[in-house]
Amino acid sequence: MKAPLIKISNLRKTYGQFVALHGIDLDIAQGEVLCVVGPSGSGKSTLIRCINHLEPFEAGSEITVDGIPVRPGPDLDQVRAEVGMVFQSFNLFPHMTVLRNVMLAPIRVRKMSEADAEKRARDLLERVGISVQADKYPAQLSGGQQQRVAIARALAMEPKVLLFDEPTSALDPEMVGEVLDVMKKLAGTGVTMVVVTHEMGFARQVADRVLFMDGGAIIEAGTPTEIFDAPKEERTRNFLHAVLDH
Amino acid sequence: MDLFSTFFNIPVLMQSLPQLMNGLLVTIGIGATSIIAGLIGGLFLAVLRLYAGPVVTGLVRAYIDVFRSIPLLVLLIIVYYALPFVGIRLSPFFSAVTALTLVSAAYTAEIFRAGIEAIPKGQFEASAALGLSNRYIMTDVILPQAIRIVIPPLTNNCINVLKDTALASVVAMPDLLKQATQAQALSANPTPLIGAAVIYLILLLPMVRYVAHLEKRFSRGRS
Repeated sequence: MKAPLIKISNLRKTYGQFVALHGIDLDIAQGEVLCVVGPSGSGKSTLIRCINHLEPFEAGSEITVDGIPVRPGPDLDQVRAEVGMVFQSFNLFPHMTVLRNVMLAPIRVRKMSEADAEKRARDLLERVGISVQADKYPAQLSGGQQQRVAIARALAMEPKVLLFDEPTSALDPEMVGEVLDVMKKLAGTGVTMVVVTHEMGFARQVADRVLFMDGGAIIEAGTPTEIFDAPKEERTRNFLHAVLDH
Repeated sequence: MDLFSTFFNIPVLMQSLPQLMNGLLVTIGIGATSIIAGLIGGLFLAVLRLYAGPVVTGLVRAYIDVFRSIPLLVLLIIVYYALPFVGIRLSPFFSAVTALTLVSAAYTAEIFRAGIEAIPKGQFEASAALGLSNRYIMTDVILPQAIRIVIPPLTNNCINVLKDTALASVVAMPDLLKQATQAQALSANPTPLIGAAVIYLILLLPMVRYVAHLEKRFSRGRS
């Protein structure tokens, strides 16, 4: 059997007295689309922010990405180059055009030539439907367009895994669909994705596996059918009841 | 007419003008050197203060506090008159540049720090998540955005440095003010001093207007 792409064991994270993650164990397979759901403050965002070490975690915790341990030091930039991330608030670079946003990391990190980086960037912008706006600045785009650019920017590094941290939570409702559509297309290409989301419809339709988290622990994991149609745990049932039945 | 022949004596002014122009060149020389050295030193100190270990950060903070507190005239006199006792003998030009740079770097460091800290955390996170090294995060993402924020306060600091160059006349530096006082003594008429004041104004008023313009534009640019 193939080794998992991401291996997380005994991941602990505390803020002072508050324990955000209680020793999480989780393997993520190559090509898997994993959706993480749960109430606010359940630790789901913290969990994926630990994978590329945007959140430092406690000693004794271990995360490896494609065999490389995630820890501060010279290997970290290398891990981050293989782990793309899409943020809730887009975080595009406002002083660069859309095209430059997508070109920057391939040039600086992959040492790609300007011409190759531009070609790749234009292809990716085409894929996410933003090619017409390539020379505009982020502030001139709608939220949904900005988030699609952010996805193209992450893809430009050809990462082994893409992390999505509530990618549609900051969007106006009418723009959620266009971003989810891009993510659905991506999921079909076989790229590994870890998606923290409140979009249950997306999770049900696209995920290979759904993780329900609460109180800094994984309460239940399973296929979308298992989690959404036959949740075993009381807390999962309560959460799904609260978000779905109204 | 007595007022005019005393303070606005054209023949005296004409006679002293070449001397004043020489002084202006010295003033600009001291000012420009100190401003550039202060900018480089200040940026360096700001990055150290934000990202170095606790010991270095503490030292940098102490430096910034001390040189923002000490009167420039006192510092200049120490550099020029006290340092020779420990074998450090600087020319009037380098004494003035050293004192001005030490102080300007302290102020500039605080300006850059405020500018860098004003950049949202998400910009640091997004660039780190792409695998950019700390160097590129700074030069490609953070500083280009911070520069826009710090240009008005930096220009203000330039104005202060240029004004403070007048203190160099204390260490026998033939700057604009020193030349004016010498011309005044020579001609027994204060017109050269008025001339120097007008030259300072011609040099600095446009910069003051420019800062006001930048600040207005910047405040409009923010929603």
